[in-house]
Amino acid sequence: MRFIFKTNYEQDIRLAKHGGQVFWYAALLLALLLAPAIVSEYWLAQVTFILIYGIVGLGLMLLSGFTGQFSLGHAAFLGVGAYAQAALTGAGVPFALAIAAAAGIAAAVGVIVGLPALRLKGIYLGIATLAFGFIVEEVFARWESVTGGNAGKHLKDPSLFGITIESGEAFYYLCLVLAVLATLGVLNLLRSPTGRAFVAIRDSEISAQSMGIQLARFKTLSFAISAALAGVGGALYAHKLKFISPDQFGVLQSIDLILMVVIGGLGSVHGAFLGAIFLITMPQVIALAKDHLPDAIALAPGLQGVVYGVVLIAFVLFEPLGLYGRWLKLRTWFQLFPFYRRGMFRRQKAFQKSERLR
Amino acid sequence: MSTGVLLSAKELSVRFGGVLAVNKVSFDVHRGEVFTLIGPNGAGKTTVFNLISRIYTPTSGAIEYDGTPLLARAPHEIAPLGIARTFQNIELFEHATVLQNLLIGRHVHRETGFWSQLLFTRATREAEIRARHKAEQVIDLLELQKHRDALVAGLPYGVRKVVELARALCTEPKLLLLDEPSSGLNVEETDDMAFWIRDIRDELGVTVLMVEHDMALVSKVSDRVLAMNQGEVLALGTPAEVQAHPGVAEAYLGAAGDVESLRRKAA
Repeated sequence: MRFIFKTNYEQDIRLAKHGGQVFWYAALLLALLLAPAIVSEYWLAQVTFILIYGIVGLGLMLLSGFTGQFSLGHAAFLGVGAYAQAALTGAGVPFALAIAAAAGIAAAVGVIVGLPALRLKGIYLGIATLAFGFIVEEVFARWESVTGGNAGKHLKDPSLFGITIESGEAFYYLCLVLAVLATLGVLNLLRSPTGRAFVAIRDSEISAQSMGIQLARFKTLSFAISAALAGVGGALYAHKLKFISPDQFGVLQSIDLILMVVIGGLGSVHGAFLGAIFLITMPQVIALAKDHLPDAIALAPGLQGVVYGVVLIAFVLFEPLGLYGRWLKLRTWFQLFPFYRRGMFRRQKAFQKSERLR
Repeated sequence: MSTGVLLSAKELSVRFGGVLAVNKVSFDVHRGEVFTLIGPNGAGKTTVFNLISRIYTPTSGAIEYDGTPLLARAPHEIAPLGIARTFQNIELFEHATVLQNLLIGRHVHRETGFWSQLLFTRATREAEIRARHKAEQVIDLLELQKHRDALVAGLPYGVRKVVELARALCTEPKLLLLDEPSSGLNVEETDDMAFWIRDIRDELGVTVLMVEHDMALVSKVSDRVLAMNQGEVLALGTPAEVQAHPGVAEAYLGAAGDVESLRRKAA
């Protein structure tokens, strides 16, 4: 059992709370750095996708998990980033500048979506963002001079400071660097007043306001950061696939993204990446399982949708904190062995919530 | 102690549809006093609070705080002026720890901007430590040490009440609005609350405006009491004066003559 003896306030601010965390995160980073030498090219591509989806997941996690604003049209931001990147690199803008611009454009679109969100809550916000997703998908299909319409658009290999990134390995490192930077940025925000303002808005808008938090400003800020991260993810996604078309950024993609953060665990940074791992490896697992299933099931269309649906329902019912919640319980079990109790993570229900001011 | 008026409500009225919730209520809160609003349910006490924190806008009337008109401000601009409040049914940030709740109370005193926080620069790091120091002072005052890292969602009601008071104190207010600080507390916790309210007034120099039903607590801590009924001012004075006011007993219990009118009439 570990007991952390606190002797100064720095300890609560530090990202790694104790030596064990330093060790394990260093080990994880080392494994990720060595991955190209260890795993096959195919699996390296899968890890690259996990990093890309992880970046997008971080953004959605910040918006949904920490600010409490649900977006059912997040694939639209992914698409804005992807098309901005395609258009800009197509016009000869260098990669670094293009991806910054893609993030910026996505953030601007995020602000535009965030403004009506100031007046909408819960399911209504979900429907508004869903509608926004459809509109953007339609724009991608119709604005042929920029997006290439339904025929899609090809991308060149990214070139960074004059070096063209052709190999999967180089691109993997690029994604790794951006994923690490995005994670650090989000963690920094969460341990500073901005992140706490997001949490305050999620838990009680009325008292957030009474604490001097300007709802309009922080909600739009959350939308902007979330969209910017989705934009970065979209730009990388476009480069990875080398070809984009409007149907990649439709409602199904948005649902995948929501699925990712819910299964990963709403309200945890780990959850974004755990969810990404789930989203990327699940199709492989299903493909493997198909070999052992009777033909009637294995060949049925929509098997993946059914599996995703069942997994989502199971998580909502039995593990609302997602994969990260499961991990927390496992970790606590080991830390407290043999004193873990089943009820430790059970929360008291709040019957006293004020309804008057809503 | 009482030097000048800190908050002054002038002819406040608010109408929700056909209901006149507050009707021409005027009062002054002096610097350094504990001013209490009492009255039966539905008298409009909490509505007055919500008018001061700008959650509602009055139909007519004005509120002046420290010489500035309050009605020109948006709800989030109230806390920076030095007005903090608690809520009748506790509005804490449930899925955050007690410490995080208190640090959110420091929001109006944040020192760095977005980019500095994104990079967690030295300035942000030092500001965080200063904020923590302030929060720890409040934790010390209200004896919340053992709950510091607990999630609010798992805390008992009595402790949540204290956490909410602590969060309000973290904003370093000049005027503290307490909406029923003792509701849901047991006798011992109510005594603690009375002790703290006096401490907050005497040691921190904070003016307190509260809504309260527990008359023992009211007479123990209040300097002046305003009794309301049906949205109107009934009586204003020291706790003893207000309790002795005939209209107050009538508002709570009904007048002697009323009993007749309630009797069933012979057919």
